[in-house]
Amino acid sequence: MESREFNIVAEAGIHARPATLLVQAASKFASDITLSYQGKDVNLKSIMGVMSLGVGQGADVTISADGDDAADAISAISETMAAEGLTD
Amino acid sequence: MTKQIKGIAASNGVAIAKAYKLEDPDLSFDTRTIDDVQAEKSRLEAAFLESKADLEQIRDKAAASMGEDEAEVFNAHIMVLEDPEFTGGIEQAIDNDKTNAEAAVKQVSDTYITMFESMADTNAYMAERAADIRDVTKRVMSHLLNKTLPNPALINEEVVIVAHDMTPSDTAQLDRKYVKGFITDVGGRTAHAAIMARTLEIPAIVGTENATAEIAEDEVVILDGMDGVLLQNPTDDEIKTYQEKADEYAAKKAEWAKLKDEKTLSADGKHFTLGANIGTPKDLDGVVENGAEGVGLYRTEFLYMDSQELPTEEQQFEAYKAVLEGVGPDENVTVRTMDIGGDKELPYLPLPEEENPFLGYRAIRISLDRQDIFRTQLRALIRASAFGNLWIMFPMVATLSEFRQARDLFEEEKAKLVAEGVEVSDNIKLGIMIEIPAAAVLADKFAQEVDFFSIGTNDLIGYSMAADRGNDKISYLYQPYNPSILRLVNYVIKSAHKYGKFAAMCGEMAGDPIAVPILMGMGLDEFSMSATSVLSTRSLMSRLNAADLEGLAEKAIDAETNEDVIALVKAEVPEAE
Repeated sequence: MESREFNIVAEAGIHARPATLLVQAASKFASDITLSYQGKDVNLKSIMGVMSLGVGQGADVTISADGDDAADAISAISETMAAEGLTD
Repeated sequence: MTKQIKGIAASNGVAIAKAYKLEDPDLSFDTRTIDDVQAEKSRLEAAFLESKADLEQIRDKAAASMGEDEAEVFNAHIMVLEDPEFTGGIEQAIDNDKTNAEAAVKQVSDTYITMFESMADTNAYMAERAADIRDVTKRVMSHLLNKTLPNPALINEEVVIVAHDMTPSDTAQLDRKYVKGFITDVGGRTAHAAIMARTLEIPAIVGTENATAEIAEDEVVILDGMDGVLLQNPTDDEIKTYQEKADEYAAKKAEWAKLKDEKTLSADGKHFTLGANIGTPKDLDGVVENGAEGVGLYRTEFLYMDSQELPTEEQQFEAYKAVLEGVGPDENVTVRTMDIGGDKELPYLPLPEEENPFLGYRAIRISLDRQDIFRTQLRALIRASAFGNLWIMFPMVATLSEFRQARDLFEEEKAKLVAEGVEVSDNIKLGIMIEIPAAAVLADKFAQEVDFFSIGTNDLIGYSMAADRGNDKISYLYQPYNPSILRLVNYVIKSAHKYGKFAAMCGEMAGDPIAVPILMGMGLDEFSMSATSVLSTRSLMSRLNAADLEGLAEKAIDAETNEDVIALVKAEVPEAE
């Protein structure tokens, strides 16, 4: 089990395009990957799950991965976050 | 026997083709208890796979014909289909409740739709997600029920589209190669479907009330967009007659095409500017093909409506620059700032529910209230001004103070950009749309402060007559030639000229053969219209003496009714059919 915390700096939060790319990035891995925000956990491979959290600017979120490729998953997702300007 | 359906003639031309009904099938179903859970899951999986195959095909087609951006919505739909929580939830419902796949799909989909809609107040993207889920569910359901959804993007033979109404997203999916015409139940000459038909140069009839009820899928029909008549089950003779009529029309168009590179001059040598109305940089092809002299109205709201979020300064800058560079070096581009509200909504910018949206929070009223949005647009425009002759016009201005506020914001942003060292034009013109009667009546005061007017006739007529143009029951009040309207128009033109300013018109009326002689007589400087009306209007103007028409304009203003004016023009100007 690997996990990492992120502070979302993007003005619009995790909205349409970045959410799509995060889900696409997560779906490449076999591990179960979870996005947690304000006590709620959703499957990061589910676009509807991710959108349903309504993560806005300034939010602190945690992403956890459980499985053989968990470490790779976390680093790939971190890269996507940074590339999309979600994190600093 | 031949049957006829009559409606409002919305776009010229004749089409003879099979009917294609753009109508959702009945997707109702019964909730059943099932025994074989595995079989039900297989049905579900098959429906998802078929839906995905549909969407991939539609996406590829949309990407090829309209670009990747337009196709993006279909990728969003595919992601919903692939969502493990969505599919997992439906399978779970089949497992737990032993219900048929249809009921399970509906149950899970409704849960998500309700959840996203409840979030739409705080986060506007959610309303769009709910719409995505609804669309995808409809498609899955159609496969479960063995019904066919209309896929206008996949049409691959010549057809006449038959629809209750056509939305912008319907028309965006149509392939010009195969769609030969369309007919709708609702709408008037200025409805979206009608304007789109004229842009695509295909014949159309709107406001028939019963087209979808009367016409069957695949039957051959003749659609005459000149007379607003559709013939069902035509005889061979009728097909022959209408084929001739289609050829005649094509010949007339070929005649007009010769005027493409000519200046617009009246028979006595007076020059008028004939501009085109456009919605996106893609429409520039039509502007050039039809020999328009610049763009008299660039409706920027499509930048906002075709997007998932507010368009950035950079996106707007690119679009404005493309349009400014797309016209000739001596030609102008009049850009109308955001005209959202009324019947135009943005999924990501929820507007308050209003009793009367057309009399409510829209256009410049939003821009002055949401200065963050307005300043971004102004900055993009001012930066683009270095690439052509930019005229900026503010829509729905009612008072001088509104214009002054907009002008001040413009000056502030311009000063900032200059201070940043950005190259900007010194010759940007600022004007207003005249569509609110209050502004028309006060045109002499406005003329001392603005550089130009552009009369938006559709709204000016609507607001003057207090009649909604989309309401078929009162469509008789759409009276462009009513002397009341003509007096307002004349006053606006004369007020502009009194102070050496420029008077343009960008509504449907500017390309209307009955109105054109009157407007020439009033001295209107620029006529901006659908690009496809430019050549026929140039042809008409070339046969008229501008000097003779001043008297006609005076008589028209002094007439009593709309009908009197039509009779007057027909009697004095036989060229204006």
